[in-house]
Amino acid sequence: MNVLVCIKHVPDTETRVKIQPDGKALDLSGASWVISPYDEFAVEEAIKIKESSGGEVTVVTVGAEDATKSIRQALAMGADRGILCCDPAFEGSDPAATARVLAAACAQESFDLILCGKQGVGDDNQQVPVLLAQALDIPSVSVVTEIEYEDAALKCTREIEGGREVVKTPKPSVISCQKGLNEPRYPSLKGIMQAKKKDVKTLGASDLGLDTSTIGAAASAFELEEIALPAEKPEGRILDGEPEDQVRELIRVLHEEAKVI
Amino acid sequence: MNILAFAEQRSGSLKKASLEVLGVARRLADASSGSVAAVLLGGPGVSGSAEALGQSGADRVFLGEDALFEPYSGDAYMLAVAKAFQSGEFGVVLFPATAMGKDLAPRVSAKLDIGLVSDVTEVLGEGDGVRFKRPIYAGKAYSTLAPKPGKAYAVSLRPNVFPAGESARSAEVIPLDHGVASTDIRALVERLATAEGGLLDVAEADIIVSGGRGMKGPENFPMIQELAEAFGGAMGASRAAVDAGWIDHAHQVGQTGKVVSPSLYIACGISGAIQHLAGMSTSKVIVAVNKDPEAPIFKVASYGIVGDLFEIVPKLTAAVKELESS
Repeated sequence: MNVLVCIKHVPDTETRVKIQPDGKALDLSGASWVISPYDEFAVEEAIKIKESSGGEVTVVTVGAEDATKSIRQALAMGADRGILCCDPAFEGSDPAATARVLAAACAQESFDLILCGKQGVGDDNQQVPVLLAQALDIPSVSVVTEIEYEDAALKCTREIEGGREVVKTPKPSVISCQKGLNEPRYPSLKGIMQAKKKDVKTLGASDLGLDTSTIGAAASAFELEEIALPAEKPEGRILDGEPEDQVRELIRVLHEEAKVI
Repeated sequence: MNILAFAEQRSGSLKKASLEVLGVARRLADASSGSVAAVLLGGPGVSGSAEALGQSGADRVFLGEDALFEPYSGDAYMLAVAKAFQSGEFGVVLFPATAMGKDLAPRVSAKLDIGLVSDVTEVLGEGDGVRFKRPIYAGKAYSTLAPKPGKAYAVSLRPNVFPAGESARSAEVIPLDHGVASTDIRALVERLATAEGGLLDVAEADIIVSGGRGMKGPENFPMIQELAEAFGGAMGASRAAVDAGWIDHAHQVGQTGKVVSPSLYIACGISGAIQHLAGMSTSKVIVAVNKDPEAPIFKVASYGIVGDLFEIVPKLTAAVKELESS
């Protein structure tokens, strides 16, 4: 089975964010950049498929030159080759435009399965996997924690509030991966060495046959007005005394002051 | 401006988040002399929920009552909601950002070729000046977005943030000519399984009690569950507790778990890593119980108890039970 894994190069989840003086962007200087954590489940799943039934694992991302680092990381885990979709015209793309770019890259070849993380950490839109499936006109299943492989179909377990849905979907489909699906491996030293020699090609808008009026900031459906830090919380109150007093006072304030119980 | 609101139901019962969506729809429509239509899809018997939609602000309900719509199918629901949208002069379609809404909203936006702003926590202004505020980096920052003029768009609203709509309307129920056939369903839901113990999910709970590394082991989580049950709430956990294998990932609150905003969040033995804070800092009231007075969790807590959770939590459970029975 040939699997395409879509990944995103993002700041580590431990990053403390600051705002740029213009109030329109984050200051992420000093952040360390990684594969979006959910995408690691997708990469791991693809490698497991290759190990059990053969085929090739291709990793694709839309991003700047730097995003190659995340592609190399996936290659070091065991993926075979990478595609970096990189063009100034892609900057500021909204989820729909990003999906358009990925769909164009995907349409250049033929894949039996497309795996994504359930969301890219950071923007947290949780839209691209479904939008990509729609652009390719294939089915999709979101937020999957278990996949059973059948000949022509996949049986996916997905998380919903208070339970799970088991969804059967034909190949090819787009599956978005959630924690619980597997335990992503750490790259071995040998894997890291091999990754340096693996093929990573860069594709721009013209290579992908994209009309630049449909991608980038100008094509976005919404205008970004402001990025701001959350409002400061008023300082809390420490409840003193013996455990009995602390508990009694907590119940009182929750009931009488905060009125939440 | 006319607003279409997707009303989510599961097994015949309307989700509270649907009523919250109608509340926002009503406010936006009233400000621009528009009307609100809800779209309600489900199996035979789902029409029973239509009345509640009027009482939450819908003027009309497009009803798709068909075995095709039970259980949820992303393919079938997408076609039906798009059909409802195209049947009127709608400028906006709203969804709850639930598991279903997060799956459905991008499908519908792609089908209609309109933009989607997801997981909105604040709707500012109205009419042409409407703006949507949404958390990024799991709430470490917020971005404010303005729809481009003259274009229809979709919005998903985070559950538990907006008040449910209240209205005395009696909605007109219109059968939806959905045109969906069984062959349109490509990914098929074969079965539904409820979580073990039928516990309330953190994403839907109004009160959450969470345990972290300070719980010391899986054998101590029943203590958290008991307090959560005393409140009628849900049990959560930090990533440290989940990664240690003490509790299932479905309970994880934080940047790589679920992002929640209950009225009351009680963090027990959770130091407050930025990863965790990102998932719960929008809770209305936060209580922290921790041995370490320097723990970062106290910086976001409305009330803090510096002490031994193994002593505090059982006492708290007893006190809550006493309050409930008085």
